[in-house]
Formats: sequence, C-alpha cells, structure tokens
Amino acid sequence: MFSDISFTERRNMNKRKIIEEKLFRVLSAVATYSLIATLAFIIILIFIKGFHALSWDMVFKAPKGGYYYGGEGGVLNAIVGSLYISIGATLIATLIGVPAALFINVHLARYKRTQNTIRYIIDALWGVPSIVYGAFGFSLMLFLGMNASLLAGIITVALLITPIVVRTFDEVLCTIPKGLYEASMALGSTRSEISFKIIFKQGFPGFITALLLAFGRGIGDAASVLFTAGYTDLIPIHLDEPAATLPLAIFFQLSSPIPEVRERAYAAAVILTIIILIISLAARFLSKKYTKTNLK
Amino acid sequence: MLYRRIFIEKASTTWMVLSISIILVLPLLIGIGLYVKANPLFEYMSLGDLICSSTWLPNEKEFGFLPFILGSLHVTFIAFCLSAPVCLLSAIFLTQFSSKRFMYFMHPVIDILAGLPSVIYGVWGIIVIVPFISDYLAPLFGVKSSGYTILAGGIVLAVMCIPYILNMLIEVFNTVPAGLKEASLSLGATFWETVKHVVIKKGIPGIISAFGLGIAKAFGETMAVMMVVGNMVQTKFHLFDAGYPLPALIANNYGEMLSIPMYDSALMFSALLLFVIILLINLVFRYFIYRTKKYE
Repeated sequence: MFSDISFTERRNMNKRKIIEEKLFRVLSAVATYSLIATLAFIIILIFIKGFHALSWDMVFKAPKGGYYYGGEGGVLNAIVGSLYISIGATLIATLIGVPAALFINVHLARYKRTQNTIRYIIDALWGVPSIVYGAFGFSLMLFLGMNASLLAGIITVALLITPIVVRTFDEVLCTIPKGLYEASMALGSTRSEISFKIIFKQGFPGFITALLLAFGRGIGDAASVLFTAGYTDLIPIHLDEPAATLPLAIFFQLSSPIPEVRERAYAAAVILTIIILIISLAARFLSKKYTKTNLK
Repeated sequence: MLYRRIFIEKASTTWMVLSISIILVLPLLIGIGLYVKANPLFEYMSLGDLICSSTWLPNEKEFGFLPFILGSLHVTFIAFCLSAPVCLLSAIFLTQFSSKRFMYFMHPVIDILAGLPSVIYGVWGIIVIVPFISDYLAPLFGVKSSGYTILAGGIVLAVMCIPYILNMLIEVFNTVPAGLKEASLSLGATFWETVKHVVIKKGIPGIISAFGLGIAKAFGETMAVMMVVGNMVQTKFHLFDAGYPLPALIANNYGEMLSIPMYDSALMFSALLLFVIILLINLVFRYFIYRTKKYE
C-alpha cells in the first residue's frame, strides 16, 4: 500500500505529524498556564492596589459625614449589609432547596423521566442572569407594596441562589448508592426518615458545598440587589430598612472623581476578594473533611 | 408512635412538594411578572418596532432597543471569540495531556475564577484593560480611544466566561470512552490526531452546548461589562468605540426609572427580552446535554 509513496515523502509526513503534535501540546499547555497566570494576576493586582488604603477603620467603621469627599469612615455598613443579605438568603434557599433536592432523589427515585425534567428546568433557571432576578424582584416588591429594603434584597437573592443549592446538593445525592435507599426502605422507614436521617447525612459534604457556593454567589452579586436592597450609610437593624452591599459599595465609590474615594473602592475590593477566597477554600476543606466519614 | 411518624412523614412531604413547586413555578412567575410590568409598552408600540427601531429617546417615548441588542451581541461575540479557543485547548490539555495531580491543582483555580464576583472583574478591567487599550492598543492601530470600549467589555467578559465553559468542556471530554482513544492510538495515530479525530468528534454535541451556554452566560452578565464598556447608545460595530449592552441599560437607569413615564415598562421589557433569550438558549443547549447523557 505504501509502495508508491517514496521514503522521503513518508519521512516528511512523519515530520509534519510530529511538528503538529508538538505545536498543539505547547499551545494547549500555554492556554492552561495562562489561566493560572490570569487568576494570579487579578488577585495580586487587586491586593497591591487596595492594600495601602486598607486599614482597620475601613473594616470596623461605618461612613462618617463627608466620607464620599474623602472624609473619615469605612465600609462596615456594606460588609454588615452584605452578610445579612447573603446569610438570610442562604437560609431561605436552604429551607426551599434542600427538601427539593431530597424530594427529587428520594420520593422520585423511581421516576427517572420526571427527575430529569425537573433537573433540566432547574439547570435552565440557574442560567438566568442576576439582573433579570433583580428586575423581577423589583416588580415583586412594587406588587407587594414594599420599599427597597433588607427583606426585598434577601428574597431576591434567595430566588437567585435556590437553583444553585438544589442542583449542587442534587449532584452529590445522585452518587449515593441506591442500595442505601432500598435497605432503609426494607427496614420499614418512612420516606421522610430516609431523606433526613440517611440520605441527608450521606450527602452532607454536598450540602456544605452547596451552602458555601450559594453564599459566595449571594455575597458577590451586585445586579440583583441594585434595585431591591437600596443603599445607605447606616447599618441596617430592621428588615424594612435599606441596606448597603459590598459589591455596590465598590461600584459606587469607583465612579467617584476623588482619588481617595477610589482608593477605598480598591480596599473594599480586597475585602470582598478575601471573603470569596475564604469561602471557596472552606468549601473545599470542609467537603473533604466530611467525605472521610461517608459510607462507600 | 406510628401516628407521630405518619404525621411527620406527611408534614415533611408537604413541605418538600411545596418547595419544589415554588422552584418549578419560578420561571413562569418571572415571565409573567415581567410581562405584566412591560405590558403598557406593547399597547404603545408593537414588538417589531421595539426590537428593530434604533431611536432611543425616553423623554419623547421613543423606545428602540436595537442599539442595546446589538451592543450585547457585539460584546458577546468578542468574548466568545477570545474565550472559546482558550477553553478548548486547556480542556484538551487538562483531560488528555496533563497528569492527574495537575488536574487536582487546577480545580481550585477554576473554582476561584468562577467564584470571583463580577464587580472584582470590573475593577480589574478598569485598572488593567481600560488603560491598556487607551494607551497601547488604540495608538497601535492609530485610533484615539478612551479605553472604555466594546473591546474592553469583551475581554473582561471572556475571562469571566472561561471557567464556566471550561468546567463543562472538561466534563464532556471525560465522558469520551477510553477504549475509543486506545483504539485510535493503537492504529498508530499520534496523541494530537486522536484528540482531533476521536475526542473532539465524539464530544462535538457537548462542545457546542458548552459554547452555547457560555454565550448565554456572557449575554446576561451585567456589572463587569457595564463598568468598562462605556455605555453610549449607538449601533456601529467598532472595537474601539463605546457600546451599550442590554443588561447595562437596566442596571444604569433604575434610578430614573419611575420619574419618566413608560420608562419603567421599557426597562422591564428589556429584562423580559433578556430572560426569554437566555432561557431559550439554555433550554435548547441543555436539551442537547441531557440527550447525550442519556445515551452514554
């Protein structure tokens, strides 16, 4: 078959193959390492830019009068507001999301088609951008006669992160062996006992991951709270008061023409980055820690 | 005892059914809520006029959404062109060429990139990309530019989409059976040829879906793009000009929304438009993914 191809031609073909192989190996390696470099670049840059404006006052003081003209104060209002909103939203999302995920995996265990349809819809819901949730939350807020407040922010963010809780938790529940469910069924447990005493315990690492992922998304999201939570220099005490959030604080301060205020935006960005880094490292660490005690 | 168990079973099942129905009804609710709010606009202008007209004069009740839709498309297009090759190459590297240990190292990198809030990307864009474009890139092409351009939006968006697309691509490539690759290698194909002719060919529905979902994600991204894209109403496509994507329109104008008549309906209409487009893209491409998973 190769007889009509000369030796040199074949050698050239081999050479071309080898060059192509090498080229794409290098290219793909470059692409991957450039991702690591980009991440390092972003984080290091944010830290360098924000570090010298960062002080204990930034973290522990609310803005004083004249703060937006370079006066004293910090972003405590935004930090507290962000924490309130994302903790509240995560709580609501857990109350809705965890039973939903358990329902899909326990009660619907025999209905594969229904399971997949529900997953399909929730996945599509996950893809809806946060600005749409923001707009919807805003119209819901007007419909219910509320003002821009902590509560409205919490509800909007909760809607945004519920699909995340359900699908992340569900992905882990999927991998639990069917035998566990069947064994406890055979011993005469009710479905709710299976859900909460067995499947939930076995899926606990997934629960932690889902919780922290949702929390991180909630604390970092700006578009959904832009309409609904409002903005204020005070630390919110009641649910019907407006609340500042960290991403919005960064955004507003960055558009200021005064350099000192922009410096503070960078410092606030450092705070937000640190929070996100802690959350994602904690998610990794905790889910590993709890996986060890699982049945295999 | 038995009654108590039955009672708990019933109560928890009700709770579960209730929470899952809330989630499943949510997309419908969002659609209806936004439609009701946008309805006054439809009585005033037809759907075709709204989408195809390019005059945007809210004070004179002229609402043409074409500049914003085009703005979104331009930014998304650039982001896609920049991120798709990088994602494909590094997914190939991670699943085919690199060691397992490197993959373990890479996981947190991708997670953190995906977890960083969009405001942080926006800050990074303002510090790095915008001056880079105005000081180096634009003079290189002999153009004067402020740096707040469609190109800047596209670059920032590309970086934001990479972890999202990459995660899905890794999943796709991992489902390609090892036997197929081994068969190809044993026939004397090089690694790259195997990737080119077997892995990519086998994974093509998954790859297309991953890219499609990436586009949907880019289309709806708000804060980061809005911070660097310049926000000027125009329909031309020029890399070094400012643009005005659809999500930025909603986020930028929420303040004056209630002071100009019909303006709130117009903004809600743009949210509805965004919601419908992204939900449709998601439903279509997720359907692809579910189909391929089923026949695995």
